[in-house]
Amino acid sequence: METVSNNIFEVRDVTYLYNDVTALAGLSLSIKQNQRVAILGANGSGKSTFLRLLDALYFPDKGTISAFGENLTEEAFGDEEFAFRFRRRVALVFQNPDVQLFNPTVFDEVAFAPLQLHWAKDEIRRRVAETLELLEITHLKERSPHRLSGGEKKRVALASVLILEPEVLLLDEPTAALDPKSQGRIVDFLIDLGNTKTVVTATHDLDIVEDIADYCFVFQNGRVAREGTPAQILADTELLESTNLIHAHRHSHPSGVVHSHSHLHRFHEHEHEHKNGVD
Amino acid sequence: MIDNSNRTNKFALKARKKRGSFVERTLATLVSKTEHALFAEELAQADGFLQKLDPRVKIVGLLALILAATLARNIFTILFIFAVAVLLAVLSGVPIRTLAMRAWLSALFFTGMIALPAIFLTPGDALFRLPLLGWTITAQGITTAIYLISRVETTVTLSLLLVLCTLWTHVLKALRVLRVPVVFVVILGMTYRYIFVMLETARNMFEARQSRLVGKLGASESRRIAAASVGVLLSKSFYLNSEVYLAMQSRGFRGEVYTLDDFQMQRRDWFALVGFLLAALFAFWLGRQDSLESLLSFN
Repeated sequence: METVSNNIFEVRDVTYLYNDVTALAGLSLSIKQNQRVAILGANGSGKSTFLRLLDALYFPDKGTISAFGENLTEEAFGDEEFAFRFRRRVALVFQNPDVQLFNPTVFDEVAFAPLQLHWAKDEIRRRVAETLELLEITHLKERSPHRLSGGEKKRVALASVLILEPEVLLLDEPTAALDPKSQGRIVDFLIDLGNTKTVVTATHDLDIVEDIADYCFVFQNGRVAREGTPAQILADTELLESTNLIHAHRHSHPSGVVHSHSHLHRFHEHEHEHKNGVD
Repeated sequence: MIDNSNRTNKFALKARKKRGSFVERTLATLVSKTEHALFAEELAQADGFLQKLDPRVKIVGLLALILAATLARNIFTILFIFAVAVLLAVLSGVPIRTLAMRAWLSALFFTGMIALPAIFLTPGDALFRLPLLGWTITAQGITTAIYLISRVETTVTLSLLLVLCTLWTHVLKALRVLRVPVVFVVILGMTYRYIFVMLETARNMFEARQSRLVGKLGASESRRIAAASVGVLLSKSFYLNSEVYLAMQSRGFRGEVYTLDDFQMQRRDWFALVGFLLAALFAFWLGRQDSLESLLSFN
């Protein structure tokens, strides 16, 4: 699996259906090595399905996906060596940590992937200790996942894939349903990763996009509606509104004016006009 | 760490006060199951004698005692092992009340139902005849019932001590020592893991229903709710199952699971193992002495 170009993933005209429901409809895009990509889109826009296709958990009904210059097909994954090499290089963190944390303890969870890939046991023990330390969860080592908070579960889920030191990290809504402090920890971690890995994050949280991505794809109805840098995408209010990423709602100003219009919440001090007749 | 204790206790109290409605009773049961699990985990991490031991030593040692109690041919041996079990409970900080409620009473109830007919049906020397019914209680029948009940009480106590003084995750890993197949151990582990997820889901469902409930439900409506809830839970568990499978695949699972059994025997573990085995051997020898039987014999 040699990388023949700077592109890690090449997605060409991919269609994916859940029974008769179309999740992705002729989607095409490329992801470069060490690029930090955000996949933006409202619920049901196909973000999670796309990540599962990139992780070769699903295979396209039409079109092709290649990673590191090789096509991802069910036949290719019949070869254990190919599958192990791919799993070592690409890792997915699921949106729901309860899905990902299926082992009895945090230690077992983090050790699971290297055990399946037949690493030496001493190496596994050493790497588990290092990874727990990296994510500051060593104290949770013997804890059962049902006794962890949401933020702790997310960090354990991250540790469970980072132990493999993957080249590509796929994150499905990493900050969803977390309190602000836990969100901040995850975002800080992704910022610290910098451009040392290819990181693909599916999210509809526009507040974190500029921190975690250099490039964005906006999904709508299973297709790429627009791509560009975070600044370009976040400046396009019309696009964000049409893709349900922002919406008009009422808010108040210190002056006492209460009115309604679309805006990004991160820009608390945003400029806009108060038109006559709009409360 | 999630601290559900306040929420749990609140619901437990509320549910205990009002036991009328089906939804409330179900909620109370769900809460009490979670409470039991939390209590067991706290106890398993306490600073007691059994808690400090390697789980493999506990499994082998307590199993040896259970085996000795099962093979004993006189009551004194069984009582000796029972006394050892109680001593272990005291040294490990396991409340006797917990043993009584969870092991002794329920074992007495269920075994008693089995043992009761033996008092009348076992042929032997008549001790007493029940008025009206005219059934005869025999000495051999009473001996049989006493043996059965005391054996069950002793073995249940030892088993409960193992579960209460060892994290369930460690019990599972230690089972590998007994050559239990890894697939079986992993399935048990995942079952334990997801029981809590499903308990939480069920509790949320019943809380949501309770919050919209006015008055009492009829029997048929209660049955309908129970059936609908079981259906929803089943469908959620199927979904969870397929998602977990994908998560496993994503991390290299290809049909065979590999685990890391990471226990290290300390000096105290070796001493304890020798102690357990000596006690079991002594009990085994004592249990083979028929002469002790005559001390309690009704013959």
